[in-house]
Amino acid sequence: MNWRFGLTDSTFDPLMTSHWALAAALLLPLVFGVLAAIFPPRRMWPVALGCAVILGGGIGLLMDTQQAGVLHWQWEFIGINVALRVNGVSMLLLLLTQWLGAAAALYTPGLLRISEPERLARWLWPLMGVVISALSLAWLSTDLLTLYIALEAMGLSAVAMLLLSGKADALLAGMRYLLLTLVGSLAYLLGVALILGYWGRLDLAGLAEMVEPGPVAWVAAALMGAGLALKAALFPLHAWLSPVHASAWTPVSALHAGLVVKASLFVLLELWGILLFETFWAPRVIAWMGMLAILWGGLIAWRAESLKTLVASSTVAQLGYLMVVFPLLLGPDISPLARALAWDGFWLQLMGHALAKAAMFMAAGNLILATGEKTLEGLAGTSRRLPLSLLVFGVASVTLMGLPPSAGFTAKWLLLQSMVISQQWWAVAALLAGTLLTAAYIFRFFRYSFMETAPRHDYQPLAPGMDVIALGLALAAFGLGLLAHWPLDLLHGGGA
Amino acid sequence: MNTAWLPLTALAASLLAAVIIFSLPEEARRARTSVNLTAAIIKISLVALMVKRITHGDEAVFSFQVVGNIDFVLRADALGVMFAGLSSVLWLCTTVYAIGYLEGTANRKRFFGFFSLCVASTLGIALAGNLFTFLIFYEMLTLSTYPLVVHSGSDKALNAGRIYLRYTLTAGVVLLFGVVLLYSLTGDHSFASERGLGDYLDDHRVLLTLIFALLVGGFAVKAAMVPLHGWLPRAMVAPAPVSALLHAVAVVKAGAFGILRIIYDLYGIELSVELGVTTALAVASCITIIYGSMRAIAQQELKPRLAFSTISQVSYVVLGVSLFGPFGTIGALAHLLHQGLMKVTLFFCAGIYAEELGIHRIDEMDGAGKRMPLTSLAFTVGAFGMIGLPPVAGFITKWYLGIGAIQADMYWVVAVLVASSTLNAIYFLPIVHRLWFRVGPAHGHGHWPDEQRLGRLETHGWLLWPAVFTAVISLGAGLFAGLPFSPLDWATRVAVGEYLP
Repeated sequence: MNWRFGLTDSTFDPLMTSHWALAAALLLPLVFGVLAAIFPPRRMWPVALGCAVILGGGIGLLMDTQQAGVLHWQWEFIGINVALRVNGVSMLLLLLTQWLGAAAALYTPGLLRISEPERLARWLWPLMGVVISALSLAWLSTDLLTLYIALEAMGLSAVAMLLLSGKADALLAGMRYLLLTLVGSLAYLLGVALILGYWGRLDLAGLAEMVEPGPVAWVAAALMGAGLALKAALFPLHAWLSPVHASAWTPVSALHAGLVVKASLFVLLELWGILLFETFWAPRVIAWMGMLAILWGGLIAWRAESLKTLVASSTVAQLGYLMVVFPLLLGPDISPLARALAWDGFWLQLMGHALAKAAMFMAAGNLILATGEKTLEGLAGTSRRLPLSLLVFGVASVTLMGLPPSAGFTAKWLLLQSMVISQQWWAVAALLAGTLLTAAYIFRFFRYSFMETAPRHDYQPLAPGMDVIALGLALAAFGLGLLAHWPLDLLHGGGA
Repeated sequence: MNTAWLPLTALAASLLAAVIIFSLPEEARRARTSVNLTAAIIKISLVALMVKRITHGDEAVFSFQVVGNIDFVLRADALGVMFAGLSSVLWLCTTVYAIGYLEGTANRKRFFGFFSLCVASTLGIALAGNLFTFLIFYEMLTLSTYPLVVHSGSDKALNAGRIYLRYTLTAGVVLLFGVVLLYSLTGDHSFASERGLGDYLDDHRVLLTLIFALLVGGFAVKAAMVPLHGWLPRAMVAPAPVSALLHAVAVVKAGAFGILRIIYDLYGIELSVELGVTTALAVASCITIIYGSMRAIAQQELKPRLAFSTISQVSYVVLGVSLFGPFGTIGALAHLLHQGLMKVTLFFCAGIYAEELGIHRIDEMDGAGKRMPLTSLAFTVGAFGMIGLPPVAGFITKWYLGIGAIQADMYWVVAVLVASSTLNAIYFLPIVHRLWFRVGPAHGHGHWPDEQRLGRLETHGWLLWPAVFTAVISLGAGLFAGLPFSPLDWATRVAVGEYLP
């Protein structure tokens, strides 16, 4: 498991260009964010310019990683070793973060121009920069302390972005989120303290060699697992998610549902791979919760009155798919083929969902912004008036339903194969039932949108590009299904 | 010669048409029409090229790797090209018809965009070279037909759309499970592979039967086999061109075609017989044939009667497959084409009656032959073909199916065929009688429900000519069945390929 996360020694030293690319990935989002707060961009092109630099850095790092397999960095700050690594998985997630972040950033000027300009809106930029930098750090870091810093920065800036919109319900949801994310961090920190006290080190590669199964590992894993599950909105700790998204700005929602919750899940999988590698029950508990999440999230989304609640609840269900995979990745007696398939399917599902969910939030945001209506009933008849936004929603929902040829489908295919091989019939049933439930709540919205009898509203025209960006993300998730070969190759190449 | 581009371009023709149509503004009627027609004609010529390659003994293949050991494969083999030919010819006719039918109504951009997607999916189904690729286009078909079914946006249409999705998406999930089970057992298995799944018979007999049941169960929903047919009569609320395309070609035929692929190209005929699944299929299809006809008799409206007739007729294809022998196969394959041509004619006519005269019920059709002679002639040809009267194409099919049944020593199938033809006559002949021999509004008795005068001829030319064209082809397919490249000739070629590899 650990070699898959690149927690091994590498034979190559990073090139000079890799250093610069790494710096670009970690620092430039911050720098550009601060710049944008000082000179708020009114148009898309300055943002595009900044994003191009970061994306270029990402591609440079990608090429180095493909050559070297795994890249390692190590520094010492005031007696503490900080180590970073880039391997297949983290490279893939880093690229995903950069592209999704770029899409969210490009979307923002149009949004801010149309919606009534808030005085505080300019602070969205640096906070977004912090989130993207922190996410990149979370994918790359290999010790518990850096991970903690990254998660904390991510959580706090997400809360701050919520508070920016200044509405009362956003304030309430934001404060609740703040409280929960702090509780989560506390649980995580307790686990870290336990590990530091018992084994005396915090770097993952070292821990992977030293950790023995036993009460300490279990308690630490349980504490950290609970904290991370809370941050990742894993069922049954998901209740804070919908209110947060109901009042958040669209790009914030897109980043949050697409990436921020996934970061905690990523860390959870990585840590449990070290602490609970041979445990039978813990991954199964997660999987059972995942099955409930698929059903519960689907039902909530099905009954949702408002479009944003629908989209947010669907995240709970989609995270359930990822949770169901845990027993195929962690635990004894898994056939290598089943594990390899599950590993591929897990990340493909994660990527597909990140892209599709971001696109869907943008499409939903566009629909709500254009009509001024938040409920499904209020949005009736949009098919005739806002066809493009609805098309984006539709293309994104194909991925969520897991219908071909989307990334969701190929991921589901891989997961199903893995489950059939390891004969986990309950998980198969959950995945298949999830498809139908997703279709039920998606088409409930489409049913409204196709109504011809709905009253006509005056529509707020959208800024150019707002739909196009969302369409690009949705199509990326859609096409990733057939082009899955490339990301999966990267996933394999970087760790072996 | 490298011909990988051929199936890909054929697929791209309709996909690209959909993209262009979506990006054109709603008002650009002329541009949309020309894109539609150009793409349809390009597609027909590409399919014709594929036919030519196959007669030279060369199958065009396009493939690339998706993940691990799973490939995306498009292969222009004889069976696939047969279905592709049907869909591309009928696409052209239906597009022309739809342009006339939807003249001046709202949401035409959405309609034609999804219509093109629907046809692209059908072509993908036809050319899919393995079950994975087949599944991709099969689900794409489900999604792209939904906006067409709910096109009118009325409550009735939206409810029909919901029922349609309930049936088809559940079937899709069942199918997905079956396909994943099969892949876990055998790995990627190309339709072109000579060996069936016979190697697995000894160790996995039960599993193979289960997978067969899952796959065929999934396909049977779209093929509208009893008791999985409930969506089809409801989906009749869709506009007439959709009914024509859905019922004649796309959806129901995709299901039947799937069953063909499973038996001929995946399991192999010997294995299917060995597992005993063909007998079960024969019984199921006979029940469907009789039940569909009985229900059709009970319908008082024209389109639902045609819908139940479709349920009955599509099962002839399945019946022909399950008769172990070349004649049954030829009958099944030829019927795939013949039924498509005849049923599309009937639906075109039903749409014309509804548009021009406001006729929806059968008892309103008295004397329509005088008012609309060409439409009524086309309808009569289609109806005679459905009954199986010579020289219309339907006769050929029933003849071959009968011979196949006798050769397979399944005499009860012959009885079913005779019974079904009688039932067909019972529900079609009264309509024909009303059209030509009853006195109605055209003779000065009463009024048509809602008469429009759409064109200089008996109705709008865009509506009339496709119906006449398909009627003529249905007649020609029967009269000239012996000529090369007739549906029967091509079906024979495919059947010979299956039985004499």
